[in-house]
Amino acid sequence: METKKTPLYNRHVELGGKIVDFAGYLLPIQYPAGILAEHRAVREAAGVFDVSHMGEVILNGPNALADLNRIMANDFSKLRIGRMRYTPMCYDDGGTVDDLVVARLSEDGWFLVVNASNKDKDLAWIKEHISPDTELSDVSEHIGVLALQGPNSQAIMERLADATLLPTGLFRFSSGVEVSFDGAEPVTCMISQSGYTGEHGYELYCPIEDTVRLWDMVLAAGEDLGLIPCGLGARDTLRLEAGLPLYGHELSADITPLEAGLSWTIRFDKEKGFIGATAMQERYTAEPRNLVALKVSGRGIVRPEQNLLIGDTQVGFTLSGTMSPTLGYAIATALVTVPVAEVEQASADGTLAVDVRGRRIAVEVTELPFYKRG
Amino acid sequence: MSSNLKYSKTHEWVDFIAPNRVRIGLSDYAQESMGDLVFVTLPEVGQEVSVGDVIGDVESVKAVSDLYSPVSGVVVAVNEDLEDQPELINEEPYSAWLFEIDQVTDQVELLDQAAYEAFCEEEG
Repeated sequence: METKKTPLYNRHVELGGKIVDFAGYLLPIQYPAGILAEHRAVREAAGVFDVSHMGEVILNGPNALADLNRIMANDFSKLRIGRMRYTPMCYDDGGTVDDLVVARLSEDGWFLVVNASNKDKDLAWIKEHISPDTELSDVSEHIGVLALQGPNSQAIMERLADATLLPTGLFRFSSGVEVSFDGAEPVTCMISQSGYTGEHGYELYCPIEDTVRLWDMVLAAGEDLGLIPCGLGARDTLRLEAGLPLYGHELSADITPLEAGLSWTIRFDKEKGFIGATAMQERYTAEPRNLVALKVSGRGIVRPEQNLLIGDTQVGFTLSGTMSPTLGYAIATALVTVPVAEVEQASADGTLAVDVRGRRIAVEVTELPFYKRG
Repeated sequence: MSSNLKYSKTHEWVDFIAPNRVRIGLSDYAQESMGDLVFVTLPEVGQEVSVGDVIGDVESVKAVSDLYSPVSGVVVAVNEDLEDQPELINEEPYSAWLFEIDQVTDQVELLDQAAYEAFCEEEG
């Protein structure tokens, strides 16, 4: 696959970003400040991420709502214009195609934000399942996206745009907001209050040709408020602390959203059901698997795809794992194939461990999210 | 980079502090490419090691990397400060030594500074 660059590639290089190939895009894993400092900036001040690699799709038509309700696990019937909602999208067997955010632009217009790594298969899947009169357009190549995250993000946004035009609640968005700093020519953005860090924050969608100007204005506006650019490394540690799933880890073609503990996003009560609903419930009844959150109590760091053990018996495998910069210990998620009560008992007994490259490291069951903002 | 150090191709630096005794650390190139280090596992004092043995690891936020012994001998000291402050390796890679090995009988091919820099360039 050809690697692509976001409009900010040259900025990332100029800023000293360590560039990696992520989902076919050349993006910074970190800048010279490092993952820990970038993570801390988002928890304590503010950070800005280039998330232009995300895919954006518009659906339009009188049947688009019914299509979405059939294709997605969540229910969009009562979603008002100007609001967005997170949802898994499943295969017939209940496994996950992707997880995404759906925003309602108008009565019949919908804006979908999907994972870059899944965009092509998402488009194919959605095309296959929408009504003939529902229009689908992939607008990914026309839109740049920045995520401004952290406790100072609001103060920074208020320097960049008319405060009365900013979204005023989680998963609300405003369209056509003029963003400008220091008298510069404005960039017209759609701004949502959302993010992937567990902090207060915004995501700014702009015409792709304005992305560099928007990035420069945001950084300038936040300079004295502790804002720094942040890479994919901090994005991952922040999302895991906040207990947010990442496709390819907590969710996959093999893992249903029900197993991943996302029952709040799955609406089995929808009148006409949705793709994968029955299969996912049957699977869960026949061979239940559940996601558990783990705190590493032993010395070491648990990584993805390592075996979870009670004594010497494998009872599951890890999905994500990292050092938690905020908490100061390592954290992980795992999928367990035995009843959660058994795993909790082993946790209490001190017999729960992860096989980390041949070494047993003790872990305890804990609650999600690992970190919740105060 | 200190000029009297030798380097392994697995990115350890080796300082001959006595004829048969070496002090070993992680090169600046290695710490820089790993990023913020958050965990270090060191060998045991008294452990006999052979050339190329995995005798510990260093972990950054994103990844784990094995530590190889560039020499054969006996571990006689480990830098316990690193267990609580692995970031010292990022801050001062040539002061933050990892362990010392005595009774050195064998060693991997060790590069001088210029050769090591060329090697990193090729790899990078």
